[in-house]
Amino acid sequence: MAKFFAVTIIIIAILSAIPILRHTWAAPEDISTHGYLIDDQMSETMAEAGIAFLAAQFILAIFIWMFSNRAPDAKLKNFPGGAKVLVIAAFLVVGVEVLALGVFGVKAWADVYLTPPSAGAMPIQVQAQQFAFYFRYPGPDGKFGRLDPAQINDTTENFFGIDANDPDGKDDIVTAEMAIPVNKEIHLLMHAKDLGHSFFVRELRVQQDFVPGLDVSLHFTATKVGKYEIVCTQLCGLGHYNMKAYLYVYSQEDFDNWLKKEQALQ
Amino acid sequence: MHDMSAHAAQLHAPPTSFIRKHVFSLDHKVIGKQYYALALVAALSGMFLSWLMRIHLGWTNAAIPGLQFLSKTGAPGGVMTPEFYLQLMTMHGTIMVFFVLTTAPFAAFGNFFLPIQVGAEDMPFPRFNMMSFWVTFSAFIVLMLSFVLADGPTLGGWTQYAPLNSVGAVAGPGQGLGVVLWMTSIALFCIGQLLGSLNFITTTLDLRVKGMSLMRLPLSAWAWFITSCMGLTAFAVLMPACILCILDHVAGTSFFVASNLVINGQIQPHAGGSTLLWQHLFWFFGHPEVYIAIVPGIGIVSHVLMANMRKPMLSQRVLIYCMGALAVLSYMVYGHHMFVSGMNPISSLAFSFPTLVITIPATITVLIWVFSLYGSKLRINSASLFALGFISMFVSGGVSGFFLAQPSIDIMLHATYFVVGHFHMVMGVAAMFGIFSGTYFWFPKMTGRMMNETLGRIHFWLSFVGAYCIFMPFHYLGMAGNIRRYSSFPDDFLQPLIPVHRFITVAALATGAAQLVFLYNLIHSRFWGKPAPDNPWEATSLEWSTATPPPFDNFGGKHPVVYHDPYQYGVTSSVGDYVMQTSPEQVKTDHDES
Repeated sequence: MAKFFAVTIIIIAILSAIPILRHTWAAPEDISTHGYLIDDQMSETMAEAGIAFLAAQFILAIFIWMFSNRAPDAKLKNFPGGAKVLVIAAFLVVGVEVLALGVFGVKAWADVYLTPPSAGAMPIQVQAQQFAFYFRYPGPDGKFGRLDPAQINDTTENFFGIDANDPDGKDDIVTAEMAIPVNKEIHLLMHAKDLGHSFFVRELRVQQDFVPGLDVSLHFTATKVGKYEIVCTQLCGLGHYNMKAYLYVYSQEDFDNWLKKEQALQ
Repeated sequence: MHDMSAHAAQLHAPPTSFIRKHVFSLDHKVIGKQYYALALVAALSGMFLSWLMRIHLGWTNAAIPGLQFLSKTGAPGGVMTPEFYLQLMTMHGTIMVFFVLTTAPFAAFGNFFLPIQVGAEDMPFPRFNMMSFWVTFSAFIVLMLSFVLADGPTLGGWTQYAPLNSVGAVAGPGQGLGVVLWMTSIALFCIGQLLGSLNFITTTLDLRVKGMSLMRLPLSAWAWFITSCMGLTAFAVLMPACILCILDHVAGTSFFVASNLVINGQIQPHAGGSTLLWQHLFWFFGHPEVYIAIVPGIGIVSHVLMANMRKPMLSQRVLIYCMGALAVLSYMVYGHHMFVSGMNPISSLAFSFPTLVITIPATITVLIWVFSLYGSKLRINSASLFALGFISMFVSGGVSGFFLAQPSIDIMLHATYFVVGHFHMVMGVAAMFGIFSGTYFWFPKMTGRMMNETLGRIHFWLSFVGAYCIFMPFHYLGMAGNIRRYSSFPDDFLQPLIPVHRFITVAALATGAAQLVFLYNLIHSRFWGKPAPDNPWEATSLEWSTATPPPFDNFGGKHPVVYHDPYQYGVTSSVGDYVMQTSPEQVKTDHDES
């Protein structure tokens, strides 16, 4: 029984590691300028956590195999060095690992959150609500119109509540899908209309909650043309699973054409 | 340390009526069993809900026969609606976290065994103790009552994030009275646990018998003591948070709702609240809660393992320090649940560092367990198998914490099934294995009968393999970006993952069915099991030096005196390779000390 248990632990540990080594289920290709930092951090952590996982399971299995159901007259022994060696080893190995991960991780985090967007970044506003995203572009004047929650009206498609009296808002472009030019930094201005939501695009390596009552911002640059899914990851009600929009990354020329077309539809 | 056992006995006399003996009992042992029974009912309810959820996730449009009787509107024709899925998910999480993982390892075993392990005749405040259970029981009833509401229970998840929890029925089914019942239930639960914690702390500090220094306390007693200290502070924060949320519903306050929110075309009549405030208050409770669930397991499996290794751990003292470090650090790490919440990103770095540091005491604990097995004479039985399984699960669930401790990686893994896999493995399965280990080990003392060993081993094998089949794939799903709390997977990138969900569903149904083996064993052994001797495991701590089951005053009118450390195994004594804590016999150690 004990030896069978030990073998079972080892088999489970190996089977658990195989899909990870083969990348059977992995994040999609990164299409952002900052994502490689996150991916590198993920790979390093996977290597360290993987070694720790396999080593611990193997040693547990080996000791169960070796020291279970021994003869009554078998001599008890203690691990050489005792607890002191283990405590020192844990502090040294895990401590160094923790410091390394912590220090290198700061760079990846800082690149997304602690660095302001460049002056030329393109502003896009996104509003989250049960159970849709809406996007607003400032139009030819480059200015967003003022918002007034009292003027929100889904019937007239004033989803943002753009103040009808503000001339800056006259040329604003509101869409249900998001389009951006490739290799252009985007400054995303996020706000929630009703409840907590989130903005997650796996390929862009961005995830950020919307906080009702707070304006949150995010910046990123997409490097590959394509169609990607934007999904909500913050439980927001019964339709949460179905709250999504598409992100289109276009060449600059295609983006300009798309924007003109959307402007004509306003 | 005081010898107050005699004083405790005077607090209440042996009951004579059925009601005072079995229902409104002041006896800590009866209260412990009541907590265990409550946890058992809760666990079966939670498991049943998880079956329904898993079937829905695997086969979204499948009709589940009879489901419409649970909720006509939530499951017309037996097909689950998205909102009913979320309601079941919320109830599953709430029931499991509060009424199983907190109740069984801490309140059930702790109530029964802490006073006996310190040599006391009861807890110092028996009426508070009784009140603790009945308030907790009432909390469970209040929670379950939300199933009979017209629009069902709340769908906001066990974390009940604001402002979904505060704006009322306009946010969706169950978000009105359902939330109020949820908050009332959890506030009551907090009161019950505060009363319990107070008793645990005073029992440990004031009721130890002569010779029972703090360092002679068994590790299980230390674990319950440390857990009760955590409970005292954590539940004291959650309870007022729940009350504030109830006020947002019934008194027109706006603690957790910001101004100018527009829901269903209406501007909400709230102003000036903070949605992030709820998250701070909740997680200040929520992360210690993870350790409230797991630290008793650490104590229990250490206790069980030493009796089965026939030697002490490499260092009992280091294990105590590690449990203490986990408890203290648990308050400093809560912000790792909020990395992408919109709080100041510099705070994320500040919360990340202690989260990474907490792996050090956790690693030391695992190393002490594993390397203590070296050179032991390990006995394999249901209790030790579950204790060893606990270590395996604790490692598997623990290493994934490395990922979630880092804000940059959390960008990809937050709110995915990776998180669900992580906490189910370490806080769910490992903690459950601790409960099972404790049950197989202590059942003879609690009931006077042995559990069936063959059924116990069958239960273990099915649970061990089954749990890995369920929860390891959760991590893979999360790495592929599978978002949690989705009632189905319409997104293009989630479609290819549905076969994995179906595999998990089959594994969950099979593993859940294996728990019925345990239930049968528990009930059958309670009435028809082999009579248990006083010390079937040749163990050393005080619970094994009294009769089986223990008499009303625990030690039959005697006041035990403690002469030894709690784990004197691997010695030569007149009774074998161990010496009881209460034996004055001087013994020789058979193995080299370090």
